[in-house]
Amino acid sequence: MLGYIIRRILAVIPVMAIVAIFVFLLLRLTPGDPAAIIAGDSATPAQLDRIRESLGLSEPLHVQLVTWIGQLFRGDLGTSIISNQPVTRLIGQRIWPTLQIGTLTIILSVLIAVPLGVLAAWRHRTWVDYAVMTFSVLGFSIPVFVIGYIFIKIFAIDLRWLPVQGYSAPSENLQAFFLRAILPCLTLATIYVALIARMTRASMLEVLGEDYVRTARAKGVKERIVLFRHALRNAAVPIMTIIGTGFALLISGVVVTESVFNIPGIGRLTVDAILARDYPVIQAMILLTSAIYVFVNLLIDISYTFFDPRIRY
Amino acid sequence: MTLMSHDFSTSILARGRSIAAAAMLAASTAIIPAGAALAQDGETITAVMHSGLRVLDPIITTAHITRNHGYMIYDVLVAQDKDFTPQPQMAEFAVSDDGLTYTFTLRDGLKFHDGEPVTAADAVASLKRWGERDSGGQLIFDITASLEATDDKTVTWTLSEPFGPLLDIVSKQSAVPPFIMPARVAETSADEAITDYTGSGPFVFVEEEFEPGVSVTYAKFEDYVPREEPVDWMAGGKVVNVDTVKWVAMPDAQTAINALVSGEIDYLEQTPIDLLPILEASPDVVVEVRDPLGYQTMGRMNFKHPPFDDVKIRQAALMAMSQEPVLATLIGNPEYYQMCGAVFGCGTPLESATGTESLTGAGDAAAAKALLEEAGYDGTPIVLMQPTDVVTLTAQPVVAAQQLREAGFNVDMQAMDWQTLVTRRASQSAPSEGGWNIFFTNWMVPEISSPLINPMVNGRGDDAWFGWPEDPALEELRAEFIAATSAEAQKEIAERIQAHVIDVVNYVPLGQYLPVQSRRTNIVNMIPAPVPVFWEVDKTE
Repeated sequence: MLGYIIRRILAVIPVMAIVAIFVFLLLRLTPGDPAAIIAGDSATPAQLDRIRESLGLSEPLHVQLVTWIGQLFRGDLGTSIISNQPVTRLIGQRIWPTLQIGTLTIILSVLIAVPLGVLAAWRHRTWVDYAVMTFSVLGFSIPVFVIGYIFIKIFAIDLRWLPVQGYSAPSENLQAFFLRAILPCLTLATIYVALIARMTRASMLEVLGEDYVRTARAKGVKERIVLFRHALRNAAVPIMTIIGTGFALLISGVVVTESVFNIPGIGRLTVDAILARDYPVIQAMILLTSAIYVFVNLLIDISYTFFDPRIRY
Repeated sequence: MTLMSHDFSTSILARGRSIAAAAMLAASTAIIPAGAALAQDGETITAVMHSGLRVLDPIITTAHITRNHGYMIYDVLVAQDKDFTPQPQMAEFAVSDDGLTYTFTLRDGLKFHDGEPVTAADAVASLKRWGERDSGGQLIFDITASLEATDDKTVTWTLSEPFGPLLDIVSKQSAVPPFIMPARVAETSADEAITDYTGSGPFVFVEEEFEPGVSVTYAKFEDYVPREEPVDWMAGGKVVNVDTVKWVAMPDAQTAINALVSGEIDYLEQTPIDLLPILEASPDVVVEVRDPLGYQTMGRMNFKHPPFDDVKIRQAALMAMSQEPVLATLIGNPEYYQMCGAVFGCGTPLESATGTESLTGAGDAAAAKALLEEAGYDGTPIVLMQPTDVVTLTAQPVVAAQQLREAGFNVDMQAMDWQTLVTRRASQSAPSEGGWNIFFTNWMVPEISSPLINPMVNGRGDDAWFGWPEDPALEELRAEFIAATSAEAQKEIAERIQAHVIDVVNYVPLGQYLPVQSRRTNIVNMIPAPVPVFWEVDKTE
C-alpha cells in the first residue's frame, strides 16, 4: 500500500508539470493585458509599455516560463500582478472559507443523501422511491443561484433567522461561522444530495439483487443489518467515487454560491484573476486545483480497500 | 470609466439634472433626525463599493476604486469645491503676477500616519511622481523650470511660461489627483506600484486586514487636523465622525441589495436601476443621487484606417447616431439620464452644446446617407467592438450598430470580453487584421471636464489616446487654452474646441447618466460629491 501511495504521488509530478506548462502558454496566448487593468482606461500606449516592462511581461515567453518554474521550485508562487500581494498570502486568505463550506456541505450531503438513497432502493417503485427521485431531478435541474435566492428570501429576509451573506472565521466566532454557513451549505447540498442519493439508490438496487443479500435475508438477518452492513458496504465503491469527485468539484467550482452569499473563497479569487488576467494567481489556482483533484482521487482509491477487501494495491 | 470599474462593477445608473439638483439638496440637508444619538466609540460603517479594491497605488492607476482609496488615506495640496474652484487643502497657495511662480505653503499640524511631519520635500517628490503618470501633470512638467522645497513648509513651482489652468489640474478630483505621500514612497518609479501605504489623510489603511478584491478596513487617523472651513465637495474640513470604515466587495448586486435591506451593510455606492423598487419599498433605506455629474458615455473611431480616416464618413456616423435610444437601452428609466452633447460634460464650467443638435435630437439618417454617398463610401465593413461582460457597456454598441446600419454603413459587430477589447484597441493594424474601427466606453464627468484632462481631446497622433487622431489644429487650440489666464478666456476657447471636436468628430458623446446610491437611514451627513468620501458622515444609534 505504501509503495502504491508513493508511486501515485510520484506520478503526480509529470502531470503537474504538463498542467503548469500548458496553463502558462494558454494564458499568454489569450488576449488581455494586466498592464491595462493596472493603468486604467486613460493610460497611453507608452505608459502601458513601461508598466509591462516593470512587471516582466515584455520578456520573451520562454524567459518568463523559466523564471516562473524557478520560482515554483523554490516554493514561491509569485506575486499578484494586480494587487502586488504574494499569491501564497492570497490563497491562504481565501482557501479556508471554501474548504470549510465545502467540507460542511459534503458532510451534510452524505448524512442526508445516503439514507435517502438506501431508502429509495429498499422501497423500490413505491411512493418513497418516486419522491426521492423527484427531489433528485429537481436538485439537479434548478440552478444553484436560484435555490440560494429562494433560501435567502425565506430564511434571511422574511423570517430573519439567518444573515443574508458573509463569512465569519470559525476561529473568531464559531456561532457566527455556523449561522453564516447554513444557507450556502444548504444551497450547495441540494445538488449533492440529489447526486449522491441517486448514485446510492442505483448501487444499492444492483447489490440488493445479489445472491448473498437473498441468502442473508433467508438466514433471518435483520433488514437494517442487511441494508447497511451487507448491501451498503458492497455498494460503497461507486458512492465513494461520486462523493470524492463531488468534493473536488465543490472546492474548485463554488464561484456562483460564493458570489450569491458573498463568501471570500478561492472560486471568486480565480474568476477575478481570470477577468484581470492576473497570470500568477490563475496559474497558482489551476495548479492547486489540479493538486486537489489528484489528492482526492488518491484518497478515494485508498478508501476502496476499506470497503472492498478484494481491492489491493 | 476605468478598466477596473469596467471589470468589476455591477451597474451604473443615471438621472436628469433637475433630479440631480434635488437629490444633491436632499443629500446635503440630510440632517440628523431630532433625538438621534451620534456614533459612539467603536462605530463602523460598512460600505459596498462599486468594485473590490486590488491596486493600492492611486498614482499608477486611474481605477476609481483606487482613487477613492487614495482619498481615504492621503491628502491633497489643493482641492476643488462644488464650483470647480481650487481651494486650499493641505496648503495655502499664491501665484506671482507674471503667472510663472506658484507657491504652496503647508498648513500646521500635518502628519503622516507613522507620526512624521509632512514636509515640502514630501510634496515635491509626490508631485514629480504624479507628473510622470498624469496627462495634465505631464503638460505642466513640460514647461516646469523648477519644482523645489524652498523650506520645510514651502513648495515653489516655477514655470518657463504661464500655464493658466495649473491649479485646476493640481486640484482635480479624477482620474489621478496628486496625493501627497512620504518622499521615501514617492521616490518609487512611476511605473511600479508602491508597497508602503503611509499617508497623511483622515483615515489609516489597516494593512493586516486587507483582502484584495474582498475587503479593506480604514481606521480614523486620530492625529489628523481638519481645516476649519465647512466641507464643500472635495474641499473644506475633513472631519471624521466614525472609528472605522470597512469597504466590502459584493459581486452579486441582489446580495448587496438584500444585505442593505436587512441592515448587514450601511451603504451601497451603486444601485442597479432594475433593483431600485426593492430598496424604495424599504422604510430603512434612502435612495439618492449624490454625484450630480455622473458619467459620460461615448464612442471613439479609429482615425488610422478606412473608412473613418475620412472626416466626411466620421461626420456621417455622428449624424447617424442619436443619444436617446442609446441611453434608453442602457439605463431604461429617463429619470436617470439626460441627453448631453457637451464634450466637457453637462454641469461643468466648460459645458457647451455646439454642433450636437442631431445627436441630442433624433439623429439625421438622411443627411448621414447623403454624406456617405458624397464621400464615396464603398461598403467597407466597420469593425465595431462590443464588450459582453461589462453591464454598463453592452447596450451602446448594439444600438449604435443599428443606427449606423440604418444610415447605410456595413457594420461588423464583434462580441468579446472587455480584456480582449482593451488589448485589441491598442492595435494599430487594419481592422481586417485584428484592428478595429469603433468602440465605446464611459468616463466620470470630472475626467473629461477640460481640454487638458479629457483623454480623447488630444491630437498628437500616435501619442494620443486610442484612435490616434493627428490634429494640429486641436493642439493649437489646447495651447491657447493653456495660455489663457482668465476663466472667460478659457470658456471662449473651450467653446471653439467643442465646435472643432464635433466638426472633425474626434469622438461622439452619447449622453450623460448618474449613479444612484443607497444608504440606511441611520447613516447621515454624507456629503454630495463625485467621489464617495467618508468624512463628515455619521452613524446614528
